[in-house]
Amino acid sequence: MATPKLAPFTGDEITAYAMKQIEPDVVAAYPITPQTEIVMNFSQYVADGKVSTEMIPVESEHSAMSACVGAACAGARTMTATSANGLALMWEILYIAASTRLPIVMPVVNRALSAPINIHCDHSDSMGTRDSGWLQIYCENAQEVYESIILAVKIAERADIQLPVMVCQDGFITSHAVEGVEVFEDKAVKDFIGEYKPRFSLLNVEKPVTVGPLDLQDYYFEHKRQQSEGITNALKVIPEVFKEFEKAFGKKHDFVDGYRLDDAEVAICVLSSTAGTARGVVDNLRDKGQKVGLLKPRFFRPFPREAIAKKLSHLKAVAVLDRSEAFSGEGGPLFSEVKAALYDEKSHPSVINYIFGLGGRDIFEKDIEKVYTDLLEVAGTGKIKEKIHFLGVRD
Amino acid sequence: MKNLVEVRWHGRGGQGAKSAAQFLAEAALDSGKYIQSFPEYGPERAGAPIRAFTRISDKAINIHSGVTNPEVVVVIDTTLITPQVLDGLGEDGILIVNSSESPSEIRKSLGYKGGKVASVDATKIALETVKLPMPNTPMLGALLKVTPIVPMKALEGRIRNKFLKKIGEEKTNANLEAIKRAYNEVNVE
Repeated sequence: MATPKLAPFTGDEITAYAMKQIEPDVVAAYPITPQTEIVMNFSQYVADGKVSTEMIPVESEHSAMSACVGAACAGARTMTATSANGLALMWEILYIAASTRLPIVMPVVNRALSAPINIHCDHSDSMGTRDSGWLQIYCENAQEVYESIILAVKIAERADIQLPVMVCQDGFITSHAVEGVEVFEDKAVKDFIGEYKPRFSLLNVEKPVTVGPLDLQDYYFEHKRQQSEGITNALKVIPEVFKEFEKAFGKKHDFVDGYRLDDAEVAICVLSSTAGTARGVVDNLRDKGQKVGLLKPRFFRPFPREAIAKKLSHLKAVAVLDRSEAFSGEGGPLFSEVKAALYDEKSHPSVINYIFGLGGRDIFEKDIEKVYTDLLEVAGTGKIKEKIHFLGVRD
Repeated sequence: MKNLVEVRWHGRGGQGAKSAAQFLAEAALDSGKYIQSFPEYGPERAGAPIRAFTRISDKAINIHSGVTNPEVVVVIDTTLITPQVLDGLGEDGILIVNSSESPSEIRKSLGYKGGKVASVDATKIALETVKLPMPNTPMLGALLKVTPIVPMKALEGRIRNKFLKKIGEEKTNANLEAIKRAYNEVNVE
């Protein structure tokens, strides 16, 4: 097979490039490290006349998401991008975007939340929004970022989903590293996403609608029930979009990405760039005859419970690595949900949690090897000495 | 050569260490290799010591950790040639420095006995060709002489491609001349 032609892009650059190919009707954004280069590069495309997008340089992220809500209600294909405190400032409007069923696509460059102030990667920003009603895709590298943004537009806009999507990449690790990316033809991307035909539009005077009216005891509950069904439905129909994507570009996507799990006894479950580092460790340990595997969930919302349970339930022990702390006293958010996902299975592995990489603390192969060593001990003895660990932190 | 080659660049903010790491990676990408290049982000300011990294491999690169054990260390600022640049460099490592001192003098001052040590007066070459104290492009030339991890043609192609639009024909040629001179003038032991 011929090697695909790869071009050099950082995660931020390829995000802006994907946005150029998508050419949304409206982009409203405010720059924040490490997302800045997305806004910078996309603004350049606008200034150079490469896209016809209406770019709204707002004065804050609260305004960015508010402008996106307005534009999406008017029936525009709408995008923005943010990080960390910027995402936190959008909070109120995130819920409004999701509850109004607006298919906004937002690349999120994961960065630690203040305080103390820190510009580096962890997932505390997007994980904090996990109950906001947005779909969330987590990406391992620049190639996944690129493909996931295109995929996200199609998912968000489907009439039977109609929900906003965050496409998350690791701040600096992915956003500022140059990697080779295989890009698709502009026309292929445009053909795949198609023309956006909103079901409702404030600009359609033939079919007037009211958006966001007062909704008290008599109907609010019904609307929330519908929203809940939208998420459940997303789980059912997203695989159809995966198939369409494969047909268009020859690339497979799924809710989860399993690696050497079939005959494994223990596995690590981790999101984003760290899954790449862990894959190399799996290969090294496999060469030494150790039955280890890896699961990288691609989606966190909707939560792909069945896919995760199917991949992990046969194992003896699983370590969930969380790049954020939920401050529940019961471990990180991925840990809680993966553990719950396994509860309904006839048999399930012992599950332990490692919080790692907060504020951009680097994680090395030796750290991941240590997790596998711990896991093999848990699998051998059947006993969990400690449920929640902090990996790579000073005592 | 090992399948995965990792290069660590030491420079000062404004000398183009990040760009050099990226030029090398992009030249490798053009020659069909898989690549990563990234700087170490700290408080960025002109003159502060910075490090940047290049990974080159025949296979897809999955690792996303920082580089701790590089095969090659390139020091593009003379004042940064201290034992710290040897961190993680193995017995068979390659150290390339911007210095008018000979490799044996560098070995002696750093106490490095292993691998290969190379030196070239990249600042002098840059001042004579590019007319600016920008030692990053000549250091690329020296690197390719000591370890041909990418073909010179690929590097020249990338530099031409990157520089022509930005700085014009004359200055682009000056950079290519700087690369060629460092390639010819580097001393290795």
